[in-house]
Amino acid sequence: MSRAHPWMPNSTPEARAQLLRHLGVSSSEELFAQIPAEHRARGFEGMPPAITAEHELARHVGDILARNEDPTKVLSFLGGGLWRHHVPAVCDELVRRTEFTTNVWGTPSSDHGRNQVWFEFQSQLGELLDLELVGLPVYSWGTAIGNALRMAARMTGRRTVLVPHCMDPDRRGVVANFCEPEGTGTHLRVVEVAADAAGRLDLGDLRAKLSADVAAVYFENPAYLGAIETGAAEIARLARAAGAETIAGVDPVSLGVLAPPSAYGADIAVGSTQPLGVHVACGGGVGGFISSRDEPRYAKEYPTLLLSATETVAGELAYSLALFHQSSYGSREDGKDWTGNSTYLYTVANAAYMALLGPQGFRELGETIVARARYAATLLAAVPGVAVVNGDACFKEFVVDFAGTGKTVAAIDAALRARGIHGGVDLSKAFPELGQRALYCVTELHTEADLRRLAAALTEVCAR
Amino acid sequence: MSGTTKLRRYHAAVWDEPLVLEMGAPGRRGQHYGAPSDGIRAAVGDPAALIPAAMRRAAPPALPEISEPDVLRHYLHLAQETLGMMGISLFGTCTMKYNPRLGEALAVDPRFAELHPLQHEDTLQGVLEIVWRFDQVLRALSGMDQYVFQAGGGAAAAYTHVCVTRAWLAARGELGKRNQIITSIQSHPCNPATAAAAGFEVVTLMLDEKGYPSLDALKAAVSDRTAALMINNPDDMGLYNPHIAEWVRIVHEAGGLCFYDHANFNGVMSKIRAADLGFDACMFMLHKTFGVSKGGGGPAVGAYGCREHLVPYLPGPLVAKEGERYALRSPGPHSAGKVREYLGNVQQVLKAYVWARGMGLEGIREASDMSVILNNYMEKELLKIRGVTRSHPGVDGWRMEMTRFSLEQLYQDTGVSVFDVQNRMVDFGIDAFWLAHEPWVVPHPFTPEAGEMWSKEDVDYWIAVLKQISDEAYTNPEIVRTAPHNQAVKKLRGESLDDPANWAMTWRAYRRKRAARAG
Repeated sequence: MSRAHPWMPNSTPEARAQLLRHLGVSSSEELFAQIPAEHRARGFEGMPPAITAEHELARHVGDILARNEDPTKVLSFLGGGLWRHHVPAVCDELVRRTEFTTNVWGTPSSDHGRNQVWFEFQSQLGELLDLELVGLPVYSWGTAIGNALRMAARMTGRRTVLVPHCMDPDRRGVVANFCEPEGTGTHLRVVEVAADAAGRLDLGDLRAKLSADVAAVYFENPAYLGAIETGAAEIARLARAAGAETIAGVDPVSLGVLAPPSAYGADIAVGSTQPLGVHVACGGGVGGFISSRDEPRYAKEYPTLLLSATETVAGELAYSLALFHQSSYGSREDGKDWTGNSTYLYTVANAAYMALLGPQGFRELGETIVARARYAATLLAAVPGVAVVNGDACFKEFVVDFAGTGKTVAAIDAALRARGIHGGVDLSKAFPELGQRALYCVTELHTEADLRRLAAALTEVCAR
Repeated sequence: MSGTTKLRRYHAAVWDEPLVLEMGAPGRRGQHYGAPSDGIRAAVGDPAALIPAAMRRAAPPALPEISEPDVLRHYLHLAQETLGMMGISLFGTCTMKYNPRLGEALAVDPRFAELHPLQHEDTLQGVLEIVWRFDQVLRALSGMDQYVFQAGGGAAAAYTHVCVTRAWLAARGELGKRNQIITSIQSHPCNPATAAAAGFEVVTLMLDEKGYPSLDALKAAVSDRTAALMINNPDDMGLYNPHIAEWVRIVHEAGGLCFYDHANFNGVMSKIRAADLGFDACMFMLHKTFGVSKGGGGPAVGAYGCREHLVPYLPGPLVAKEGERYALRSPGPHSAGKVREYLGNVQQVLKAYVWARGMGLEGIREASDMSVILNNYMEKELLKIRGVTRSHPGVDGWRMEMTRFSLEQLYQDTGVSVFDVQNRMVDFGIDAFWLAHEPWVVPHPFTPEAGEMWSKEDVDYWIAVLKQISDEAYTNPEIVRTAPHNQAVKKLRGESLDDPANWAMTWRAYRRKRAARAG
């Protein structure tokens, strides 16, 4: 290299020559003798040139990123399972600490601090969920559902799972991948349960679809369409009576005010870790959790790595992996499902977030969100031509029906975008039977003035 | 060369840090939330009354009550009790790299971090351009025709491959007929595990004396039931299978697909291209080879690439360039669907792009060269240490970017195990080396990987520490067996955590079980 590369200390001619001399070779090429000549690449067409000066690279990438619309200048109502909440500044500092970002697998002592963070993540999330067994995180909420459904299938020996018809299409797509297709040995039949008008599970349809082959009933609370699932206890009772496991997907920031999944009889709880102090990052903020009662029947089906507290020879509290041999790392194709790199770094933000909020913070957060969301629903319901479907049943998201405006959600969104607003998730593609409806998300970040601005913009847009 | 290296007087930070659940005092707060404004309260009433009584939380969660500075300092203490790459880590197969801080800084810029993936694509042109540009980089390095970044890690990319294979078979009417996936005993466990999870039978080839399965073994394994081959090369022992192109030909002739698990790409990047060798698909781990931070296990990216004929089966959406604009496109009706929500960990793709542009082809060549030079330098020095041998001693020649060593001789001579040595190395500020994936094909294995970021002085220090520990093992084995001595906590007592009476994944479970035991 003409200049030593800033990231490679041995890239000086002297260092290279010294190392090669030590090996007794004249060129590094001799060390690649294992690779047959005919295997060697002939070219790398399309490889862009290097930009080794950091100031030039920062400018190059910065210029590209500037082609995004600046999200800090936009009023957004997008959610659907990935939500913009306030990320405490403490979380931002901690999650960037070099010790945490560069960590891989050390020993129980050299990883002690990180292991304690993981254990505090599991323990605090367990308190929020009121469950004693929490695994290390998985890739996302969708993969957590997929893993949990497969756990239930292994536990019960049954091959059908019930999921809500109204479910986020991305999560539903992941579930399909974990269960289908037909014609493979691990196939699980996914049967959808209809929703009532507010988006809650239709209990009549659930009763009709429960059978002796149902391994699990999965539902969300709040439901994808935003409604608090008031039928949760009845769903769990029906599932149990049919010999099926109950899996609840919950929003952890709701749990300061909403009953934890154990209270209504869920056997397994899953959800997203993203709301707990992680930025949405264009979808890169997702993370999932799996939790249950601490019973061997459940523990022995976890595909995730499980970190347990234990002690050192000196009696100090320390941590190590439990049930490692049931993971795919331990048993390859005979392991429980599969695992790998996941979203473990985010446990740093999650643990700090839960510690910062504490019981009072979660209650305050839940109350201010539900109040703001209900208020937003009231404002939008007053916009001519606009109807709100489940505003009085929601936690932070609700369904807005634009049928009365004669306009499509896409057209309304385009007009809102021109006014610096991102409307809610367009439901018309995934659920055409619902017509021109959108899912609006309101959190602690939205002020009364923001919500009035949305209502005013919609009044203007829908009237045109 | 390493004989003159001075050992550091390292000691880890010891904070005796309490568990966060035992900290704080009633009433303390670490975060406030703004109450609803008067206008909102006037419209909706008491927020607490908005939740239906049956669904209201009865008792508050038993979370700690701690002030903000105390939360910050608690987790900073835990950071300090984590070695990470503050010391030296040559954790083999994971390719410990410098994570350029420019990428780390750009990824947390609110102009990126606050973007929502369901925004209109017109508002995401910068992100889509980064994804598209990095796709071009990987195409150049591999010869593949399309990449997708949805997989959140290497195992998820292997899973992506089995899903693509299923979709490809389904479109050809062969799903259920071609139901076997072939791999080797030296492949990463995620290959057989994802294949089995997706409903395939796993055929595992054993190694011959050269360190890789024989051509005859492969020929005997392929049939009209072969769906795919999932293979890495070189393997974790630093051995490159010179017949790999022939392997691909044999599997193709049998009608199966060939997937190249490029977990061990560092030594061969800029030397070979998966597509040139005939592979249909491959996978790169951006958190390994491409300079993205590992975070103790993700968020990560398994970049999955394939040739044109498999593009219709990819999970979607894909990023396409249309004129000067970037768009999200569905792969079509045969798509494998989604292996994870949204586009993937795009902030990690951004970091990988920063790394790739900062390196360029010249830098990547240098890194590949240096990773192999340094490994062979290490091998030469490590084999001088008493008790150290390497796998396949009968296979002559230079190894690639890793060598599989064994401490079996040391163990036989002194009773000091490979775990004891790991625990002693951290006393010198060197994080644990990688042993080997299950199953172990050599006893007491260890697998360092020097990569390109560590200076020769760092590598010499690593070698000097292992030499010191070998000397200790032969003269004062107790000091090794009772290690660590300079860490935040001592070695584990070693109770079985497969026993329900012992395992405790939460503090609540721990207290309950310890009380039961005492009681």
